[in-house]
Amino acid sequence: MAKQSNEPVLWVLFSAGGVMAAFVIPVQLFLLSLAFPLGWIPAPRYEYMLALVRLPLTRLYLFVLCFLALFHWAHRFRYTLYDGLQIKHLNELIFVCCYGGAMFGTVLAGYLLWNFR
Amino acid sequence: MAETISLEVLRYSPERDSDPSFQCYEVPLRKDWVVLDALNYIKDKVDGSLTFRWSCRMGICGSCGMMVNGEPKLTCATFLSGYAREKRPVRVQPLRYFPVIRDLVVEITDFMNKLQTVKPWLIRDQEKSLSEGEYVQTPEQLDRYKQFSMCINCMLCYAACPVYGLDPLFIGPAAIALAQRYNMDSRDEGAHERMDVLAQHEGIWACTFVGECTKVCPKHVDPAGAIQQYKLTAAIERFKSFLMPWALK
Amino acid sequence: MKTREARDTRQTVRYTEYHPRWYRAHVSTWWWLAGWPYLKFILREMSSVFVAWFVVVLLLQIRALSRGPEAYAAFELWLQNPLIVLLNLITQFFVIFHAVTWFNVAPRAMAIRFRGKRVPDPWIVGANYVAWAAISLVVVWFLVRS
Repeated sequence: MAKQSNEPVLWVLFSAGGVMAAFVIPVQLFLLSLAFPLGWIPAPRYEYMLALVRLPLTRLYLFVLCFLALFHWAHRFRYTLYDGLQIKHLNELIFVCCYGGAMFGTVLAGYLLWNFR
Repeated sequence: MAETISLEVLRYSPERDSDPSFQCYEVPLRKDWVVLDALNYIKDKVDGSLTFRWSCRMGICGSCGMMVNGEPKLTCATFLSGYAREKRPVRVQPLRYFPVIRDLVVEITDFMNKLQTVKPWLIRDQEKSLSEGEYVQTPEQLDRYKQFSMCINCMLCYAACPVYGLDPLFIGPAAIALAQRYNMDSRDEGAHERMDVLAQHEGIWACTFVGECTKVCPKHVDPAGAIQQYKLTAAIERFKSFLMPWALK
Repeated sequence: MKTREARDTRQTVRYTEYHPRWYRAHVSTWWWLAGWPYLKFILREMSSVFVAWFVVVLLLQIRALSRGPEAYAAFELWLQNPLIVLLNLITQFFVIFHAVTWFNVAPRAMAIRFRGKRVPDPWIVGANYVAWAAISLVVVWFLVRS
């Protein structure tokens, strides 16, 4: 049997990230970065946001969101660099930067959410 | 409707030219003429050296694929009248992303080789003997692969696929669609054999779902869909082999 | 087949005997500017960068939350910076673009069969949009508390 590549795993992460990003990010971004700061909709109070993020379920949701969205970016961006810029000769470097970056972000998210007071 | 239409055809003669160049021809604009008719007119009446492939002239043999105004088309199915109103001449070039042998004729051995690697035939562990009768297939079973069986190997999808253009090792849309045609056929038992070839990086994983292949396919095969569906199959197989190795051969 | 070197005044050409010299067109780095479908594809792929930016903003928000009310207020102020607002407006467009293009190709990626016949594409696309609306409402319900 041919060498088992890791592509299927990365593709599944990319797909799951794509689904998650498509469903959740538009509305969450709209509220968080446009509606609340610009005052179109009254922003929730600090105490409420703190209590909301403290919930284990919220932390899990946010962690999964960050993890999947970052790996979605990593996979897609890696192929865009291959195809769009035709810099295949930097294959390994691109691979490491993309998935390494996603891994770093995931670990950061995990750390922030685990230590959330 | 005007009397004539201009065609700008790419000419390349390997004995004389180091690079291709365009040559302009005036061709009668008949209501029912297709680009292939114009090319045949040029060859018959104007310039007998023009070289191109064609055969059935009815969209079933897949020989006459070329770039018309930058889009991959079957020239026997592309009407001149559709370009009559444009100011610029109709540009006819050989199929993109393939080496050009002469004029509008491209070298297709790469595709032929790749097609063979996916084993586009029914594979069975055990053939039924004649006395046991035919392989029976219900309409529902036929429906699962019928769309992919419509492929006429015209390679317009390869001309539309930027991944194939950038990565010549990529197996390509038609080959994968035809592999799926056999994978999804209820009579076939060779899916695991094809997976070795398809599941490599230059198989399905190089595809980034641009989707242009499906757009240009004259037979509505939807190779992009075939590839994405196979990605899911391959991913499931990979997870199965990781989690339950005893379940696979 | 024998190969031989042929020299003419302009270039050295290698021929395989009786084998014509094929012309191979070079694919430009700017291949994706050659047509709207290709440009749309690259824009769709670039939307992933803005998805990553959203994660950055989200992580900044979580960090600000955990550092106390002053830090969170400073974060909210930062979000009002016109440059950041502009960036987030662009991000919003790309994130919606991602969602729309994702749902539109969903039926191709999954051949769902119900009772032997394939579910028509518009149903799958429609179901995705309905789910999108429902999930968005849930998020709104969690976040909009006046």
